[in-house]
Amino acid sequence: MTKLAIVSGGLREPSSTRLLADRIDAAVRHELAAAQIPASSTVIELRPLGRPIMDAMLTGFPSSSLEAAFDTLAAADGLIAVTPAFNASFNGLFKSFFDVIPEETLSEMPVLIAATGGTERHSLVLEHALRPMFSYLHAVVSPTGIYAATDDFGAQQGSALGDRITRAAADFVRLLRSCGPRQRRDTFAEEVSEMERLLRAGSHPAQGDGIDGAVED
Amino acid sequence: MSGMQFGIFSVGDVTTDPTTGSTPTEAERIQATVAIALKAEEVGLDVFATGEHHNPPFVPSSPTTLLGYIAAQTEHLILSTSTTLITTNDPVKIAEDFSVLQHLSGGRADLMLGRGNTGPVYPWFGQDIREAVPLTVEHYALLRRLWREEVVDWQGRFRTPLQGFTLAPRPLDNVPPFVWHGSIRTPEVAELAAYYGDGFFANHIFWPPSHTERMVRLYRQRFQHHGHGNADEAIVGLGGQVFMRKNAQDAVREFRPYFDNAPVYGHGPSLEEFTSQTPLTVGSPQQVIERTLGFRDYVGDYQRQLFLIDHAGLPLKTALEQLDILGEEVVPVLRKEFEVGRPTHIPDAPTHEALVDTREGSEPTTRRTEESEG
Repeated sequence: MTKLAIVSGGLREPSSTRLLADRIDAAVRHELAAAQIPASSTVIELRPLGRPIMDAMLTGFPSSSLEAAFDTLAAADGLIAVTPAFNASFNGLFKSFFDVIPEETLSEMPVLIAATGGTERHSLVLEHALRPMFSYLHAVVSPTGIYAATDDFGAQQGSALGDRITRAAADFVRLLRSCGPRQRRDTFAEEVSEMERLLRAGSHPAQGDGIDGAVED
Repeated sequence: MSGMQFGIFSVGDVTTDPTTGSTPTEAERIQATVAIALKAEEVGLDVFATGEHHNPPFVPSSPTTLLGYIAAQTEHLILSTSTTLITTNDPVKIAEDFSVLQHLSGGRADLMLGRGNTGPVYPWFGQDIREAVPLTVEHYALLRRLWREEVVDWQGRFRTPLQGFTLAPRPLDNVPPFVWHGSIRTPEVAELAAYYGDGFFANHIFWPPSHTERMVRLYRQRFQHHGHGNADEAIVGLGGQVFMRKNAQDAVREFRPYFDNAPVYGHGPSLEEFTSQTPLTVGSPQQVIERTLGFRDYVGDYQRQLFLIDHAGLPLKTALEQLDILGEEVVPVLRKEFEVGRPTHIPDAPTHEALVDTREGSEPTTRRTEESEG
């Protein structure tokens, strides 16, 4: 079972960001089904998490509702992340969510990036804002992102958006398949065993040279 | 002294009282801290611990100076820290300072080590925050040797080497002060405490109880893993934060402006949300008693409970009133109730006298002959 998490940073109800997210979700699951890979998806809407996200930023710990979203994300094999474009970037709510997730949550996670905006002039937000952030978070970002301007939802545009979604979904599914089921990292246990190693090395300074260079940044 | 110790820990912040707009001077804050510590002894508490900070708006940059002054005016109070920065302080100076404090106070000194999370303090003291973990490991290993070996030859990465160094004064009765390791969130600290069989103190203020539960469980498991005894024999301390009035509603009304404007969590969750998500208790003495007794349900029988009562701009008068309530109505009940059902093999809270007894009962000498330096 391939588990997909979908993060939607839309602020309004109904939201074109959520509409795009749902269409991508459907296209990805269609591609997975065609490859006979069973899949499930869970949507994380950020708007209801607005206050918990800000509280987490101010207090340093997540509320139970936000922790549930973190768990969904951490358990996923792939992420579809969709945000409205605000002032030449993702919106602040979307960024804030990824600012408070536990470290390494997205490490080695295949991510399909997408954004909505009033006009197509903002389409490079995918390459200038979303892709670098997810790369920084050690995710594996799918090469094809999807940007949808308001006009893309109009009939006169024909199926251009649909075609782009299909192409991006196919690329993403290839990435998901080659990455396979994701190993969830246990950073808690990793830190403990690394600490034990340091302590054992440190209490025998004769072999202490071994620590040199072991600390990376 | 019995199974558990109760006390207070102070951050030492100079914060404007949001209800009056008045801000104490540094001099007033330092004198208030002394008054609070003396009051803690007067009302029968066991421990006073001070934070260590090297930037405004905090005043305790020199904890052993403060604790030495308090030691001179008290007879029973254990003087401790919350925390002493093992990363940016020179371990030789820590050893010296706490040895002197131990002698001056007649063995009433212990300390809680922490890493420190104020970024600029590292470069101010010539260190690199990215090395915080290896610094902690190296500095603490040296600190232990300074207290335990008469002549230390040492070489490491972060400090100039020592050849033929002898700590003076030697620890009182040749028994080093008891060491706690304090943590808000990092499992490395639990592992450090467990590795050496030292005490583990969970901050237990800023995060939900589930987090403390996980950290203490890890520490206990690792304590046993490293061969210091059974998991339930590990030495655990907890923080806590309370504000009390006879009527719970009065406590909430009075504390709310301090909560809402508190430097650490103000302007975030509501008081009600924070009290339900974290161990903060604002209410009647009885509510504080019940909540505190509940801590044992998720950390097991433990040894030290410290409360934070003097922060966020609360006036001295209020802090002293909180101490009266703690000493008269809360701690006597906690002492009695925590003893109920406490298995006899659970260690008592650590004291110098107990450590001297243990040393005399087992280890014949503290002097190590092995040359462990490369």
